Amino acid sequence: MNMRDGLSVSGVSYSYGSRRALADVSFHVPPGRFCALLGPNGAGKSTLFSLLTRLFTTREGRIEVAGHDLSKSPRAALARIGVVFQQPTLDLDLTVRRNLLYFAALHGISGREAHSRSEEALDRLGMAERADEPARALNGGHRRRMEIARALIHRPSVLLLDEPTVGLDAATRVAITDHVHRLAAEDGLTVLWATHLTDEVRPADQLVILHRGQVLHDGEAGEGVTELFLKLTGAEA
Amino acid sequence: MRPAIVALLAILHREALRFLGQRGRFIAALVRPLVWLFVFAAGFRAALGLSIIPPYQTYIPYETYIVPGLCGMILLFNGMQSSLSLVYDREMGSMRLLLTSPLPRWWLLASKLVAGAAISVLQAYAFLAIAALYGIRAPASGYLTVLPALFLSGLMLGALGLMLSSFIRQLENFAGVMNFVIFPMFFLSSALYPLWKMAEASPLLRDICAANPFTHAVELIRFALYGQFEPMALLWVLLALAIFGTVALWGYDPARGTLTRKG
Repeated sequence: MNMRDGLSVSGVSYSYGSRRALADVSFHVPPGRFCALLGPNGAGKSTLFSLLTRLFTTREGRIEVAGHDLSKSPRAALARIGVVFQQPTLDLDLTVRRNLLYFAALHGISGREAHSRSEEALDRLGMAERADEPARALNGGHRRRMEIARALIHRPSVLLLDEPTVGLDAATRVAITDHVHRLAAEDGLTVLWATHLTDEVRPADQLVILHRGQVLHDGEAGEGVTELFLKLTGAEA
Repeated sequence: MRPAIVALLAILHREALRFLGQRGRFIAALVRPLVWLFVFAAGFRAALGLSIIPPYQTYIPYETYIVPGLCGMILLFNGMQSSLSLVYDREMGSMRLLLTSPLPRWWLLASKLVAGAAISVLQAYAFLAIAALYGIRAPASGYLTVLPALFLSGLMLGALGLMLSSFIRQLENFAGVMNFVIFPMFFLSSALYPLWKMAEASPLLRDICAANPFTHAVELIRFALYGQFEPMALLWVLLALAIFGTVALWGYDPARGTLTRKG
């Protein structure tokens, strides 16, 4: 396995004015690995996601996506990233199919290829019969699944999800967590899953604990994630 | 097809679908200029005498005079509203999604501007159609020659809105700028009265009006609607578009508005 593949974050720092949000953050997620980025609210997870998707930029540190330096080859790197933001980003006025086609087009995929990929995604979600309904008609769980399917339509090698289960019921949370674990195991996707919920982390997952902008732990999650998390982050968990 | 063109067409298509799906927004955009046309212009017709000025070749009723200005009003409000939606999108996330596309950021923002201008042009044509039904008609060919003038003006005003939104941290501030920008731009222009009329009241105000890019957008539309070309107005509109567009694309930063968040 080439260590340059997957996702590499080396010495990344970021500040909002005088407030340090990330300080010398480093970790590597190999291909096919599910990495849980665990941290309490305000730990810097969303800031890190903004840097990983190049919404924010920083001169401190280096980010590589599938071997592409995000600052030197942003287009090549972004083409290999699928992202699901914490805030919903579906266009609720458009149909389910149109949402998929729109995102495919933003990645330069059009015509038959785009239609074929959107049908494939809808079939995989079991939502083919709802393709022409407005996204507004979907429940929270379906919307999240749609966002995940949409993030994969350009066949990225790295999938970033920023607290994707926020606001969902327990059963839907489990279903979505299972779904993304399968994507990593079966399709070889590199997954970075930001969360503040320890029950979403499995023993075999890679676990990165972020607290006050610093990485406190990077390794296999193992058993006792909650205890480890509480021990490292204290009462704020 | 090149990915950049695919993305541009997709953004245009999305905006068109959203526009068609939001009839309330369409009607609201038309009500404002129609009130000015049917109420304000009717009331002021007797009070405001107009001499023969280019591009008109005869005396015209006041309603005829203000039609190009009201087209400009549609473009101005729509340009600001489109930019407001960019601020809203930046806050809410869908703009974040757009910006993660592997295309140059300037291209994505320019595509949004083009889409916004295209919607503005459709609204302006709807207004011109209602004005024609009301009896205020331009030469038939004018409805074709006015198209590039409307589009360029729409782009310029959209770029102005984007430039403002690029430097405004929160929506509340933008609402304030709407009042501080839209109304001064509209009233300090040739939309409601010709500049010579303004000069009679105050040469200083006339000079301010003459420096207002919106004045030149209105004049570009006015002349184009009558099949005539006003090079100075075109030059001003292009210059303003270049400046506003460059500053807007340079200054647009998704990190803005997040300085106070906890991350």
